[in-house]
Amino acid sequence: MKIQQFYYDNKIVKKFIYATIIWGLVGMSVGLLLAFMFLFPNITDGISWLSFGRLRPLHTNAVIFAFVGNAIYAGVYYSLQRLLKARMASDFLSNFNFWGWQLIIVAAAITLPLGYTTSKEYAELEWPIDIAIAIVWVVFGVNMIWTILQRRQRHLYVAIWFYLATFVTVAVLHIFNSLELPVSGLKSYSVYAGVQDALVQWWYGHNAVAFFLTTPFLGMMYYFVPKAANRPVYSYKLSIIHFWSLIFIYIWAGPHHLLYTALPNWAQNLGIVFSIMLLAPSWGGMINGLLTLRGAWDKVRTDPVLKFMVVAITGYGMATFEGPMLSLKNVNAIAHFTDWIIAHVHVGALAWNGFFAYGMLYWLVPKLFKTKLYSTKLANVHFWVGTLGILLYALPMYVAGFVQAFMWKQFNPDGTLTYGNFLETVQEIVPMYWMRAIGGSMYILGAFVMLYNVIKTVKAGSAVTDDLAEAAALTKVPKYRTKGEAWHTWIERKPVKLTIYATIAILIGGVIQIVPTLLVKSNIPTIEAVKPYTPLELEGRDIYISNGCVSCHSQMIRPFRSEVERYGEYSKAGEFVYDHPFLWGSKRTGPDLHRIGGKYNDNWHFNHMYDPQSTSPGSIMPAYQWIIKNELDKSNIETKMRAMSALGVPYTEEEIINAQKNMDEQGTKIEENLYNDPDFAKSYEDDKKFSYENNLPFIDMKDREIVALIAYLQRLGTDIKVKDTKDKSSKK
Amino acid sequence: MFKFIKGHLETITGIEVYPIISLTIFLTFFVLLFWWVITAKKEYVNEVSQLPLDN
Repeated sequence: MKIQQFYYDNKIVKKFIYATIIWGLVGMSVGLLLAFMFLFPNITDGISWLSFGRLRPLHTNAVIFAFVGNAIYAGVYYSLQRLLKARMASDFLSNFNFWGWQLIIVAAAITLPLGYTTSKEYAELEWPIDIAIAIVWVVFGVNMIWTILQRRQRHLYVAIWFYLATFVTVAVLHIFNSLELPVSGLKSYSVYAGVQDALVQWWYGHNAVAFFLTTPFLGMMYYFVPKAANRPVYSYKLSIIHFWSLIFIYIWAGPHHLLYTALPNWAQNLGIVFSIMLLAPSWGGMINGLLTLRGAWDKVRTDPVLKFMVVAITGYGMATFEGPMLSLKNVNAIAHFTDWIIAHVHVGALAWNGFFAYGMLYWLVPKLFKTKLYSTKLANVHFWVGTLGILLYALPMYVAGFVQAFMWKQFNPDGTLTYGNFLETVQEIVPMYWMRAIGGSMYILGAFVMLYNVIKTVKAGSAVTDDLAEAAALTKVPKYRTKGEAWHTWIERKPVKLTIYATIAILIGGVIQIVPTLLVKSNIPTIEAVKPYTPLELEGRDIYISNGCVSCHSQMIRPFRSEVERYGEYSKAGEFVYDHPFLWGSKRTGPDLHRIGGKYNDNWHFNHMYDPQSTSPGSIMPAYQWIIKNELDKSNIETKMRAMSALGVPYTEEEIINAQKNMDEQGTKIEENLYNDPDFAKSYEDDKKFSYENNLPFIDMKDREIVALIAYLQRLGTDIKVKDTKDKSSKK
Repeated sequence: MFKFIKGHLETITGIEVYPIISLTIFLTFFVLLFWWVITAKKEYVNEVSQLPLDN
């Protein structure tokens, strides 16, 4: 047997490591800025691209796709080559993967603050970037599978299965959730509406957590923990069960994000059952990871790499215990829309993803630069500052979640709400927001300590070169099972078959869950009174979307006495049939807005956008003054309506042709309403006069963004306020 | 859960088998999985679990 010599590509790993560290600091810093905006709502006063609604998706995208994404690539590119005893198949594809991904991140960092967003969580990027993501992701997959086909190691280690499942599932999720109809260069509408859009979005959202934040990291856990502890995984058999049951069950659990919403009951229940079952494989994996350290616990005391990994795996265990609990309807009734969820996701992100990435980096950097870590002491400082940071972040958010949820639900003996003013429930938890900001600061401080430590280590080390390795080429083995070969051994040496089976496993859940909702009309009873938005309302809705209002305001009143009392009639599935995309939201930093229409007059909304604290003392909403000043871009309305029409919204050709006139009339009406406030009338007239006298351009109020936004807000939830609403269900 | 699925899917022809099929797929999947793992040979398991360490 001839021994072949080859080189592992270390330089690509180095690039991804640098990107991980830098984007991690960026993403977390944006998060920290957001945390301080809860305390000082107007610190970025007047700067639209630094407003909360626009930065929030930037924070989540940067942490998930930039920080964790680059960490995944670093870990996969390092471990895959060594597990297969082969260099990555194509240097070009590796570099395409790297630079393509960084360009996508830069594109996200520019478009999101400018207000280009689909508003679907963790899928906010607009359609051209969606296409770029699909291309780069496929390049990653092709490079990986191509390398597998050229391997010199017959057996595929379990880590590689996780990588393959990650690739196929993220591809499927991304493509189906991003199906949208473009209306301009950076604007599109989701092809799904209302309930269907929500179901597809959370099938995506939940499984993005599963297959982007979890499975690749589990694969890396199965490689790097044995490496760092210098002993094989505790139970390889358990890892097989872990893999298949995890990917099979995970995909069914998405609807637990939509409990008590207008989603059909059967889908909610399906989601709950599978979420509970998910506990078994998750904890199986966690136990497998921790028990790998059997007999090596003394090393955990001294080795920062293992310390980080132990806390990471423990964080995984906590988050995956909490997940199924949060899926129980009675727990979810409390936790949903509160800061409890923020605590939950940050235990996952800061402990599991963050700490695992750090542990891996502390192990990889000295290895690649052929030196020792500059300072173990500093790594330990990072570990303790970071760990305390996580605790100080998460614990107050749990308390905040509970406190606020119970205040929302508290009734007086006479049947009225004890805290009828939503702001009372916000003010109560401001001290928790302070603690969270301090915890977050500590976590970032730790990350900066690591940056310093890594720079010092890199400087002391030698340049990264590609490692020489040798192994024999694989001999030809029959396609079919050899005599005495168990079928699992056979399948596991057939990477393509393995990939196909994994794809089937993840598709089953998706199909069973989504197909009925897409096909069966009876799932969404139609309501006669629900009509499409007027052109101006449609534009207002786009203003609402581009400013990220959905980050803090839900549009989904759950059927609880406390919510109906506070907000009005609970939301019905049939009310959202024209909502491309749906805007139910997932967090209530401010109150629900589904029945806001008609609750206040137009002036209230105007003043509220200009200075939220003037209408709502103690509010932590930032001002959105540019909406009041900016001219509404009406040039695209016909294209937008045609796109909606193509998606099934019943706009007639006449309505589309008359859109401009219609907008003008509705805008004029709102402008007239605004004159009811003498303060407005005076300052607006003064402003007009000033512009006229100084020959400055002046935009009529009816042509500004605020008017469209008011039109939309006043429309919200009013369709079924009409009495004698008929529920027309096609159920037989 | 069963009755929710049935109640809502009556309008697709032959939908009664839907939950049955789901349950069958689910059970078969796990029976096969456990059979696979229980019958896995010790040498194979040992060899593969050493893979991360010998490079």
